[in-house]
Amino acid sequence: MKELEYPFDAQYILKKRRALKRQLSEDGTERIKKRIAVLGGSTTDDIVSAAELFLLNNGIEPEFWQSEYNKYWEDGVFGNDELEEFAPDLVWVCTSQANLRLRSDPALTAEEAQQRLDAELSRFEQLWEKLKRFGCPIVQNNFDAPFYALMGSMDSWDIRGAGYAVNYLDLEFARHAQKGDILLLDLAGTAAEYGLERWHDRSYWYMYKYMCAREAVPSVAYKFSLIVKSLYGRNKKLLALDLDNTMWGGIVGDDGVDALEIGQETGTAQSYYEFQQYVKDLSKLGVVLTVCSKNEEENALAGLSHPEGAVRPEDFALIKANWEPKDRNLLETVQQLDLLPSAIVFADDNPAERAIVGRTIPEAAVPELDGERPESYIQTISRGGWFEPVAISADDLSRNEMYRRNAKRAELAANAGDYGEYLTSLEMKAEICGFRDIYLKRISQLTNKSNQFNLTTRRFTAEQMEGFMTSDSHITLYGKLTDNCGDNGVVSVVVGEIKDADTLEITLWLMSCRVLKREMELAMLDVLVRKAKARGIKKIVGVYLPTAKNKMVSRLYPDVFGFAEVGEGIFELDAESYEFKTKYIDITED
Amino acid sequence: MNEKEIYKRLTEVFRDVFDDDSITLTPQTTADDIDEWDSIEHINLIGAVEDEFGLRFKMGEVSGMKNVGEMVSIISARGRK
Repeated sequence: MKELEYPFDAQYILKKRRALKRQLSEDGTERIKKRIAVLGGSTTDDIVSAAELFLLNNGIEPEFWQSEYNKYWEDGVFGNDELEEFAPDLVWVCTSQANLRLRSDPALTAEEAQQRLDAELSRFEQLWEKLKRFGCPIVQNNFDAPFYALMGSMDSWDIRGAGYAVNYLDLEFARHAQKGDILLLDLAGTAAEYGLERWHDRSYWYMYKYMCAREAVPSVAYKFSLIVKSLYGRNKKLLALDLDNTMWGGIVGDDGVDALEIGQETGTAQSYYEFQQYVKDLSKLGVVLTVCSKNEEENALAGLSHPEGAVRPEDFALIKANWEPKDRNLLETVQQLDLLPSAIVFADDNPAERAIVGRTIPEAAVPELDGERPESYIQTISRGGWFEPVAISADDLSRNEMYRRNAKRAELAANAGDYGEYLTSLEMKAEICGFRDIYLKRISQLTNKSNQFNLTTRRFTAEQMEGFMTSDSHITLYGKLTDNCGDNGVVSVVVGEIKDADTLEITLWLMSCRVLKREMELAMLDVLVRKAKARGIKKIVGVYLPTAKNKMVSRLYPDVFGFAEVGEGIFELDAESYEFKTKYIDITED
Repeated sequence: MNEKEIYKRLTEVFRDVFDDDSITLTPQTTADDIDEWDSIEHINLIGAVEDEFGLRFKMGEVSGMKNVGEMVSIISARGRK
């Protein structure tokens, strides 16, 4: 919904939230449900209402529980019957500088000043430690700058200053985020973006205990929703870029490569260069880059090879430069890369192209790039938050390369006469073992964002995955696949629960679509059966829970795996009589 | 700005905030007359009224306002748009 995308009208959202909620709830979207406990240091009702809208807009239906005003610490540390019963999927400690008891105090000694900082920090450390009982992610705000500075600039560096206290704690909180104790919500950045002068509204604090101006409330809620949607795999995955006047100034087909504005010569050229640099940096987050441009391919490639440019043609997984309608090109692009239309962010300076794509592919995001102001492109895409990560894995760094190889393999396969021959030529090697610590982050990331090749679409945090790993009653598997084109990383996850002595029920079975049609799923099944038999399992039960996105695996158990259908979406395999199926993959297992 | 116009715009604000097109305001309307007008919604309502008329209520005024009529007289004295 456009009203809930950056740049949004905060007044409108606050005023019309009931109507907006009604529209979202009635739009027929399938959403995942999440229970979110908000432990607030100020009035959080408005923040929660706005967050609900942004989350609904991102395919998440939240149920909230809020602590009483400023009872975040007591509820978190000592517990609260309601909260315990609520059993949150996520806790948000929504605090701000208003909750710090650290006024600038020139009368303190340096030791005393440090002691009060340590005490404040340990108050929060204690809170996070206690919140671990829920075994769920904790989102914690850092602190916005204070609303006045007793000592002026000195307030920010003198150990007795309130400004220094905020800087110090923000850095310490960041260290905890680095250790994985919390997911940090950058309230300091949010306040700065909004403008500190307008952010602090003292009358709303005194009257209603609002931590920020009412009009800034949607900005806080928005920041929160970006983290949550990222956590639950609702990020976009692909940035499809127009070229002329989007990636460089000018029309390459008309003006020629030499006349393009890109590089360091003029201000306009610099703004395009920085945009190219930004796009290239996004690919390091794992964003897949493609081109969608009305151009002769030869001209497009020449423009992308401009010696003053920051990108190269090989930075793109796929280049569609032709005269076909862009919506058709985009749909082909996602199909070729095994992605969904909802993964697309389409960047184009031309409002007419945007309007067509927005209408024909409503699930794609179409940020409003202002063609008159190329210097605004970076902010427009960045503030949209579509690719906001909560963690970056080694896989993300090389994702573009992987998608590019995928497109190449698809081309090879299309040309190969015999598919088996093609699979043999890939010289595939798989490592299929029980979960390991080093892969837990990637395992939960993959679990939370796989939608298509996913039998149950159950979502689990890294903490819960760790639980399965150490549990005696679970069999866990991750699968890593390498071939002669490179390493695909961890691409498949399976979790089974031993229900009684001889039955294993498959809780989770998913695979990244980037390795579809490689028979990796058969290799996973072979290893699962071997491990199950070693544990004395005789019967393996699989379930298929249909969603809007996982139709491709509706017949996986019976048709591909050879399970018997024993009920609606319930399948069984006799482990004893199972015939191993792997033909093309060399498996290493633990 | 005459009172009639203020009531017209104020009614729209109330209808938006409570998502209820049947709301009609009189000078005597109070929180008791609108089911969903609780203390939380009150803050949002005051904020939306401030946005609509380009004014800020003073801290004492918000708690002192007894009904819509009093709200309108503050708006007509200080509203800027």
